[in-house]
Amino acid sequence: MPFQIVLNLIIAVMWMFLSESYSFASFFAGYIIGIFLLFLLRRFIPDAFYMKRLTKIISLILLFMKELILSNLEIVKLVYRRNPDIKPGIFALPTELKSNWEITLLANLITLTPGTLTVAVSDDNTVLYIHAMDIDDIDEAIRSIKDTFEKAIMEVTR
Amino acid sequence: MTWINIGMNIIVIFFLLTGTFFIFSTSIGLLRFPDIYTRLHASTKAATLGVAGILIGSFLFLYAEHGIVSGKLLLGIAFMLLTAPVSGHMISRAAHNSGVKPWGDKVEDEYEKVKNLKSE
Repeated sequence: MPFQIVLNLIIAVMWMFLSESYSFASFFAGYIIGIFLLFLLRRFIPDAFYMKRLTKIISLILLFMKELILSNLEIVKLVYRRNPDIKPGIFALPTELKSNWEITLLANLITLTPGTLTVAVSDDNTVLYIHAMDIDDIDEAIRSIKDTFEKAIMEVTR
Repeated sequence: MTWINIGMNIIVIFFLLTGTFFIFSTSIGLLRFPDIYTRLHASTKAATLGVAGILIGSFLFLYAEHGIVSGKLLLGIAFMLLTAPVSGHMISRAAHNSGVKPWGDKVEDEYEKVKNLKSE
């Protein structure tokens, strides 16, 4: 992936020099052309085409935005209810993610999703302790975190 | 004043109003919720979207009115999204380590159990 990005940057700079206009617009045009060339030559360049990973990163960001807005609506609903019937508690979530980077990302995503807040990470990085607004539906919460976030993160990092 | 200007103004006003509304809800939530963890729920989530909404509104305003693409505002949103959950996590962890119990009677607390096991 780094090799392909460097190649793409070289093509963009080359395009800038060839068209003799040193502006961001021509650099951008060159970059688009570089993406196109890399796409054509994808079978002769080592590693998978890096745009594929980029689309996955973008879809992760979109998922994040969606969850953020949903969780905000949830919290606002709770704030303005007359008697918020909440039953908070802390539950454990075993995770398959390994590296620090992945776990940080997962913890951040969990904190910004409806009704959950990461309190702590166990010392061996295998369990996340999560404070939930409603402890009764934790099974559903665990399943949704496992299905959506862990999968999305794994697709980006592996 | 053309129709495009009016439409742009309406969009900017929409973003600013939703941002303000979410920040206002955050402060109400801070006052109403029972303990530190539930309050952190309110402050980490709603404040993030509130500030993001106001920043997007001012970004659109600067672009429509003065033709400035202000990268600072977009960076502000990105850093807000990165730092708010981390600070919420650190505050709640510090609270738990200094012995704050979650609100409610017979509350389920897996982290407390693990800590007790370790100290024995």
